[in-house]
Amino acid sequence: MPEAKRQNERLVGILIIGVIVLNYPLLSLFSKVKLIFGVPVLYLYIFAVWSIFIGCVALVLEKKTSSPFVTPSPKPEKSE
Amino acid sequence: MLQEWVILLVSFCYLGILFAIAYYGDKRADSGRSIISNPYIYTLSIAVYCTAWTFYGSVGRAATTGAGFLPIYLGPTLMAALWWFVLRKIIRIAKVHRITSIADFISSRYAKDPLIGGIVTIIAVVGILPYISLQLKAVSRSFNVLHTFQGPSQMLHVADSIWSDTALYVTLAMSVFSILFGTRHIDASERHEGMVAAIAFESVVKLVAFLVAGVFVSYYLFSGPTELIYDAVKSPELSKLMNLEALSGGYSNWFTLTFLSMMAILFLPRQFHILVVENVNEEHVKKACWLFPLYLLAINIFVLPIALAGLLLFPDGSVDPDTFVLAVPLHTNQELVALFVYLGGLSAATGMVIVATIALSTMVCNDLVMPVLLRLRSLQRSDLSSVLLGIRRGSILVILFLGYAFFRLIGESYALVTLGLVSFAAAAQFAPVILIGIYWKGASRRGAIMGLLAGFAVWTYTLLVPSFVKSGWIATSILESGPFGIELLGPYHLFGLNMFDPVTHSVFWSMLANVGFLVGVSLFDRQNAMDRLQATLFVDVFRHGDTDTRLWSGTTTVAELKDLVARFVGVSDAEKAFSEYVAEHNFDVKTNAHADANFVRFAERKLAGAIGAASARVMISSVVKGEEISIEGVMKILDETSQVIEYSHRLEAKSRELENATAELRAANKRLKELDRLKDEFVSTVTHELRTPLTSVRAFSEILRDNPSLALEERQKFLDIIVKESERLTRLINQVLDLAKIESGSAEWTRECVDLNEVIEEASSSLSRLFQENSINLEKMLPTESVFVMADRDRLIQVAINLMSNAVKFCAPGTGQVTIRLSTPPGLARVEVVDNGPGIPDDEQERIFAKFHQLKGMRDEKPSGSGLGLTICHRIIKHHGGHIWVESKPEAGAKFIFELPFAETCTSSEHSS
Repeated sequence: MPEAKRQNERLVGILIIGVIVLNYPLLSLFSKVKLIFGVPVLYLYIFAVWSIFIGCVALVLEKKTSSPFVTPSPKPEKSE
Repeated sequence: MLQEWVILLVSFCYLGILFAIAYYGDKRADSGRSIISNPYIYTLSIAVYCTAWTFYGSVGRAATTGAGFLPIYLGPTLMAALWWFVLRKIIRIAKVHRITSIADFISSRYAKDPLIGGIVTIIAVVGILPYISLQLKAVSRSFNVLHTFQGPSQMLHVADSIWSDTALYVTLAMSVFSILFGTRHIDASERHEGMVAAIAFESVVKLVAFLVAGVFVSYYLFSGPTELIYDAVKSPELSKLMNLEALSGGYSNWFTLTFLSMMAILFLPRQFHILVVENVNEEHVKKACWLFPLYLLAINIFVLPIALAGLLLFPDGSVDPDTFVLAVPLHTNQELVALFVYLGGLSAATGMVIVATIALSTMVCNDLVMPVLLRLRSLQRSDLSSVLLGIRRGSILVILFLGYAFFRLIGESYALVTLGLVSFAAAAQFAPVILIGIYWKGASRRGAIMGLLAGFAVWTYTLLVPSFVKSGWIATSILESGPFGIELLGPYHLFGLNMFDPVTHSVFWSMLANVGFLVGVSLFDRQNAMDRLQATLFVDVFRHGDTDTRLWSGTTTVAELKDLVARFVGVSDAEKAFSEYVAEHNFDVKTNAHADANFVRFAERKLAGAIGAASARVMISSVVKGEEISIEGVMKILDETSQVIEYSHRLEAKSRELENATAELRAANKRLKELDRLKDEFVSTVTHELRTPLTSVRAFSEILRDNPSLALEERQKFLDIIVKESERLTRLINQVLDLAKIESGSAEWTRECVDLNEVIEEASSSLSRLFQENSINLEKMLPTESVFVMADRDRLIQVAINLMSNAVKFCAPGTGQVTIRLSTPPGLARVEVVDNGPGIPDDEQERIFAKFHQLKGMRDEKPSGSGLGLTICHRIIKHHGGHIWVESKPEAGAKFIFELPFAETCTSSEHSS
């Protein structure tokens, strides 16, 4: 089942990216006393990554696993 | 101030509602209409992860470490991405092997060894005690706060005597509740639908309660969360919470907490129970993968605002941050809000306690007590199902009171989150044996035992022992100078490793020991047959599925089996299960007193559901006589099966390839046939077209030959016809040849710079006689400057002549009017040939460029064209990268248009050509 395998690979990819962006050193870039829209930048960053992560997982899993895209076999062109 | 009896009444009413839900859930399950069989209830039940720790502890932690409360929820979020294939595999294995607990799972994986089940159970019980004490502490604390809170400085001191300790009564109430809830009857599959429904309800209550608290604090006490944060930033103390400076242990602690919570979400006994054992349908995991993280996100949004509000309202530190959620509403005399929040905390705690004690009591009963008991009384044939229930109830009591003892001894000196983390670190010890065990067949029984023991020992020494130190049981000197003065062995800096905080330090060493021993011992171990068999069944669960392994080759009778099962699950349940099996498999009990291998296997599974896999095996072997098991034989069958499956997979792939090839061949054949048909049609049309003029030439020649006396005038007329017809013949043959050449691609094309003005001039001059003969007026509308295209000059003239002579053909002599117009839309050169003939009906316009297509109702009765002219024009224009089409309305003339790409670089290419 190549489609299912693809899905698993995507999920692992999302996990790895998630672990990286939610840890040192990327996290330290946002460890500042600064407010954006009245929210501390650290919290804004974490909650944003969090939501995006959930969105990505949902996207990968809820995508209709339709039959793989079939390319129509090329018809021989009449020589013109 | 809230009266004590009000709080008690509300609490018991709430528990009553839970009972009602559980009762309803069980009723529905019995009648086969499950209310929990959907991904949403499943997700909500997983949220039992959010306990009193989340409800009270998160705020406390946020108040002291800022963002430090978050990794506990980020970990499960990250882990959820892996659920779809890790958790699903575990669920599948658990379904196939009728797994009833995490201890059962691990012992099944490693040769169904009762010893492993026992070890896991002990780790689970000891490890979970801090967690249970956390819940007791939180509930009793919240109760006390609720009915004694008078203001920041006037908290009543909690009495020290055991009998006036709220926690004791909380423990008692919870024990009774859990016993009533989880052990009403022995269920063969260990599934408690009613409980799951109640847990899901509790998850809703705690989420709503926390959100209510958050909204109340942010919008009622302050004018919105951002205002609250602005207030907090003004204080230098509070602004520290906005970044990660306040986090003790720094980034390594952050990472450790993330890792621990990733493991805890799967391997805490209660999470395993809810995720795996209570799972109804694997497909539900899919939605839970993203809905559960969403739940976590929602319950965390208001943690920071509440913590900041608490710190702003009680700046002197007189109120424990762990109680801010309650204290803040109470401070403003909003007792109803506080009561609701208290209910949320109560549901968070009871949810955890119920599931954890049920899961643990199952483990204690099946994996700790039963193996011992069976050895002692295995020969006594008594009904054990009531004994089973008794053991479970007893173990619930014991576990809760151990938790209470832990709380009395140690709990007071720790914050909620710190207590919980000790348990998380214990649960993480199960991760290697499970995760490695379900993907690596080489992980062996001895490796698992060593890994578990080593990890547990390190955990005990580095986390549990120090907590006893803090309670004063062990001299504090051990923390600073190590045991017996050996500094290298200090529990907080083992072997001199002192760069980490205690939790990270413990997790590092215990994981190293655990994984190290598991992998190391396995690599040098020789697995026995049972070990290999279970390893194969677990790792390849998706391949083997529910393959019958024919484990039992001895003989026994159906009656004996039934007696055995009845002793553990009760007579009526056993009767029912057996008659169902008999009916389903058409097993004739009367003629077949001896049970076959499948029947024995069925009985073993039924037993495994009640007393665990390891014990079930022991019990079955006590009644099955003869040679017990031939695992080597089973292994061989398994190997063969997997080979056969492998071959059949390859065969399937091959046959798919063949099918594809066949389909392609078929399509090619169809196309060839079509081409062949077109060719035949072409030939027959051509011959037909050739025969018509040939016939008339021959007919008139014969007339001339046979009638020498014809008048000169007549003769002249006939000769004219002959000449005309042969001209037509020649033209036709030329055109056929032309078309054949173009279509086969062998035509020679020159490419040069051609001025379309000249082309049109030339074409019209060669047609001038034709126009005169038919007295048709030709109007040319040409631009003054030259219009260059890259093309074959002769062919373009041919196109122009074809189109113009066509136009002549369709115009009435005398009144006919043909216009040829040359224009240059951007990038293009466009030629239009317009006539005022009868026009072309819509339905003909598309087919007009097809071969041998001739318009009906032409001016002459006999078609004068070959039917190839427009086809050739079409091919020529196409070849030059342009296109040609017709616009026409009946009775309004026709307009043939072709467009060619305008040649920009003509001057330079003129030199080169």
